Amino acid sequence: MTDRTEIFDTIAAQIEPFNKKGVTVTEATTFQGDLEWDSLTVMDFVAAIEDEFDILITMNMQAEIETVGQLADAVAKLKG
Amino acid sequence: MTDAGLATEKLPADPAEVAPERDLMSKFDALIAERQALIDTGVTDPFAIVMERVTSPTEAVIAGRDTILLGTYNYMGMTFDPDVIAAGHAALDQFGSGTNGSRMLNGTFRDHIEVEDALRDFYGMTGAIVFSTGYMANLGMISTLAGKGEYVILDADSHASIYDGCKQGNAEIVRFRHNDVADLDKRLGRLPKEAGKLVILEGVYSMLGDIAPLAEMVAVAKKHGAMVLSDEAHSMGFFGPHGRGVYEDQGCDVDFVVGTFSKSVGTVGGFCVSNHPKFEAIRLACRPYIFTASLPPSVVATAAASIRKLMTADKKRAQLWDNARKLHGGLKALGFRLGTENPDSAIIAIILDDQEQAVTMWQALLDGGLYVNMARPPATPAGTFLLRCSLCAEHTPAQIDTVLAMFEASGRAVGVIG
Repeated sequence: MTDRTEIFDTIAAQIEPFNKKGVTVTEATTFQGDLEWDSLTVMDFVAAIEDEFDILITMNMQAEIETVGQLADAVAKLKG
Repeated sequence: MTDAGLATEKLPADPAEVAPERDLMSKFDALIAERQALIDTGVTDPFAIVMERVTSPTEAVIAGRDTILLGTYNYMGMTFDPDVIAAGHAALDQFGSGTNGSRMLNGTFRDHIEVEDALRDFYGMTGAIVFSTGYMANLGMISTLAGKGEYVILDADSHASIYDGCKQGNAEIVRFRHNDVADLDKRLGRLPKEAGKLVILEGVYSMLGDIAPLAEMVAVAKKHGAMVLSDEAHSMGFFGPHGRGVYEDQGCDVDFVVGTFSKSVGTVGGFCVSNHPKFEAIRLACRPYIFTASLPPSVVATAAASIRKLMTADKKRAQLWDNARKLHGGLKALGFRLGTENPDSAIIAIILDDQEQAVTMWQALLDGGLYVNMARPPATPAGTFLLRCSLCAEHTPAQIDTVLAMFEASGRAVGVIG
């Protein structure tokens, strides 16, 4: 569980520079609805996450990810 | 004698309204409102322009006014070439107006073969397959080449037809930052070594008119064992010694070249050429090739005639580049912010601050007798608003002078330049 917590915290930290609305980030925070990111912001953010964890999140996977929690799960799986 | 299918249906006098939440058209409310707000400002709807007459590759009548066309993709000015028109006439007379069938069944006529031969000669390649549009060439090639468990790696600024080709197929899709060689290298390096990979690049990116560093990108792709498809829609006819495109200009080999007949060739249709020994198999597996009607005989006949003339169109090519340099230099000197530092292609994009500025200036130009393309997000990169000019080999220096004077007047009136 500590791994998962670490991943979540790292993702939350990566969200901050893009968090223009100052939304409090939880597991249930959605990228589109809560953070109101457009496709360009999503692309920059995904690139940052990929570099941070040295993974690759395909567009197919991205389409399934709506919340920060789902992203943390996906990162955990890709790292594992 | 009652034919069920023809029986008049008895409609209720007062049908129940579809609830808004079940009306499938409700999702377009925001779009409809945005368009209405734009039209309510009094401007001409930029997405409903009608060419009442077209008098040459560079002139048309719009709303009763003689207008210089600076926003078509008629780069080589082939649409009114007498030989091209004669070829179309002859094919109409000999083969009729349409094929009524798929290439795979009854839709392959003499000139479909002739235009594929012309493409092989033009590109110096062994294989050529013609599609009904350029959009369908990308849709078909990408979705057919890359299957389940394989990867498509595309530039983030790719054309919609490339994105849609990815969606239509079953491959895993990975994007890299626009024209960023290091980013492409990094992403390819994170993919499984053994998996099949297709890197998709464009010679010229049509929104800003910037060109790709293809030589470096192809080298990176090869290093990772990926195959490369280059879309040369906006470069055919005037890049490289034979006019084959940016890949030829930069001296690199790609596995597949996709192109279109709707730009430099001057009609409609799409194609892919390749030296791959198994290339013909695409015809047997590619759904956007199989499940649609083939191009009309007159269209492939005009395309074939045009492509053969483009092989030796050195004078037109030189004129087109002269025109691009003249317009780019002139706009830059007037103080406009442009999409590229240098005249890299036949597309010159003026970058504006917002939609209002773009629409006002576009309208002023149109009222003065000049048509350019207005482009806005999501079609444009980084949320920019653009007025896009695309040049033709048939634009005269005098027309470019007129165009520059119009840009100067409207740019000052709208406050884009000082």
